[in-house]
Amino acid sequence: MKSFLPVLAAVVVLAVLQVTLGSSPYFVYLASLVGVNVVLAVSLNIINGMTGQFSIGHAGFMAVGAYVSGTTSLLLKDDQLGFLGPVASDQLFFVVSLLLGGVIAGVFGFIVGLPSLRLRGDYLAIVTLGFGEIFRVVIQNSDGIAKGFAGVPGLSLLGSFIGQFGGALGVSGVPQHSSFFMVWFWVFLVVLLAKRLAASSHGRSLKAIREDEVAAEAMGVDTTSYKVRAFVVSSFFAGIAGGLFAHFVPIINPGSFTFVKSMEVVVMVVAGGLGSTTGAIVAAVLLTLLPEGLRSLFLELGGGDASLAQKVDQIRMPIYGVLLVVIMLTRSQGIFGTHEVWELWGRWKKRAPAQPT
Amino acid sequence: MLYDLAQHLINAVASGTIYALVALGYTMVYGVLKLINFAHGDVMMVGVYVGYAVAFLLGRQAASSFLGFMAVFLVAMLACAVLGFIIERFAYRPLREKSRLTALITAIGISFALSYGFQLDVTLTKARDEVTQAEGYRLTSTPCATGDEHCVTILPGAAARRFPTIIESVEWVNIASADGLNEVRLLNWQVMSFLIAVGLMVALQVLVFRTRFGKAMRAVSHDHRTAALLGIPVDTVIAGTFMLGSALAAGAGILYAIKDKQVQPLMGMYVGLKAFVAAVIGGIGNLKGAVTGALLLGLCEEGVVWFGSSSWRDAVAFGFLIIVLLVRPEGLFGRYVPEKV
Repeated sequence: MKSFLPVLAAVVVLAVLQVTLGSSPYFVYLASLVGVNVVLAVSLNIINGMTGQFSIGHAGFMAVGAYVSGTTSLLLKDDQLGFLGPVASDQLFFVVSLLLGGVIAGVFGFIVGLPSLRLRGDYLAIVTLGFGEIFRVVIQNSDGIAKGFAGVPGLSLLGSFIGQFGGALGVSGVPQHSSFFMVWFWVFLVVLLAKRLAASSHGRSLKAIREDEVAAEAMGVDTTSYKVRAFVVSSFFAGIAGGLFAHFVPIINPGSFTFVKSMEVVVMVVAGGLGSTTGAIVAAVLLTLLPEGLRSLFLELGGGDASLAQKVDQIRMPIYGVLLVVIMLTRSQGIFGTHEVWELWGRWKKRAPAQPT
Repeated sequence: MLYDLAQHLINAVASGTIYALVALGYTMVYGVLKLINFAHGDVMMVGVYVGYAVAFLLGRQAASSFLGFMAVFLVAMLACAVLGFIIERFAYRPLREKSRLTALITAIGISFALSYGFQLDVTLTKARDEVTQAEGYRLTSTPCATGDEHCVTILPGAAARRFPTIIESVEWVNIASADGLNEVRLLNWQVMSFLIAVGLMVALQVLVFRTRFGKAMRAVSHDHRTAALLGIPVDTVIAGTFMLGSALAAGAGILYAIKDKQVQPLMGMYVGLKAFVAAVIGGIGNLKGAVTGALLLGLCEEGVVWFGSSSWRDAVAFGFLIIVLLVRPEGLFGRYVPEKV
């Protein structure tokens, strides 16, 4: 019962917020964007921070989730479960498509992780990058694949599903089922999972792998198995984030899931502190709101002239790069290190009286 | 069929040698620092832009002469050596004793800052101040208009630019089949870039295995602490290796730009990644392996172009990498080194 209490509380709080704030479309859009990035950052932190395996292909799994769940919703758009009424049935389909996207992303995480997690640090980074790029190229060429599959008996259904991906043009017209409540409920779930994982024996094994893989193996931790499991969980939530994303943006195309997106999430995790869930959340919120805030500020300053606002997107990327270098040079463990925000708070309080005056 | 095969082989070797030059830089830096220098491809891109600027300043006539051609190469290589030195001195050296992940993240950050920084449009424009009537230069973020002499580009912007012709394309060999439908063409720049690449590789081989500096490099690569104890100036050797690798990358980048006929800020990332793939396939840290891996990758890519659509080319390069890492993680020529505690 104790474990259900936080879930219940979260549902109530989110429902109240949904009712009070859900009417402003800009707020909902911004909050959804923040929420999706938080899910991405926290899930990447499970593999990059807790386990110490550096993956830089998170956008690839996000793309898998976005395409699978977006296309599923698109295909189910006109169907309804009569006994539930239109709204409830839409939401049920939405959850099903989200879970489907997450599970498929998790399966891909397994396929990618099983071979590549045998590799050490820097190789793993390249391989995840490579897989991310392969996913993107495959989606870009989805029309050709769909044609190829259509002729093969048993694969024609899969072929027609892939045919919906629309190649480089992307998928448009995905029903906009996503809501503030849904996005932030998933945020809550991934944070809860990360927190409980970190406190469990499973999480301790992951941390042991992060600190010293050889020693962890000597102590009886089945390193490959744990790494793969962490990778699958991480990919699952990346897929969920992709699914949520697909249901509130007007169009998804391969351009949304490039190396740049992966890097954005990496910057969030690194800046927040590798291994700190709250750090990842804080960094994700700040780094999402900052460009948005600057954009609307510039739009205001330019008197509705969008040219200055467009520069925000351009200048963001080199700043991220410099930010990474500066963080590594000055505080290589990230802003919060492996600590959570409240631990730092306690330390400050404890340390204060010890200071000589 | 046979003609096609020959033509594709020529193309494969031409692109393979360019990858090889970039891959050598990766491999050398990895050899001495055990660091994957993610920014290597972007240093190459900067070199190409420097070459572009030199060729542009020299003008079309001068740039395609032999001296101009040499100037383009040498200035670009020098600029990249300096850039490589700066990156090593201020970004990698302070982190040498930290974990490898830290250095890797730094490298990714530099790569990002360079490739996306170069996509910003920053120009110096001569403008007259309304109040004081004084003429001065002002930083703006709009691309220069063509033919505007009072405008200097500082950062080039995202649009691809045509690389000036510094070698006039001439067909040296053209073997056509009897019916004239098929032909094999061998262009002068393909031969030249092949010769330049081979020359640079031989020079590098001599440098690493026949000189004092090369001996120091190999010692640092083997064990940099012991090398330092024995009086080898480790910092100097590492900085020298970086500069050498970056200069090679600049040379390779210009050859690539001659082949591709254009420059754009993201070229570094893609060529760099492929060169990295080549270095890993051959066994990273191994000079012969890098060259072999690059030629194999060139063949592989050209094979994809021959059989299917070229849009799959990038995916196949990574697919090749993944297969090699799974079957033989130490690469073709690499030695398996078990992790020590």
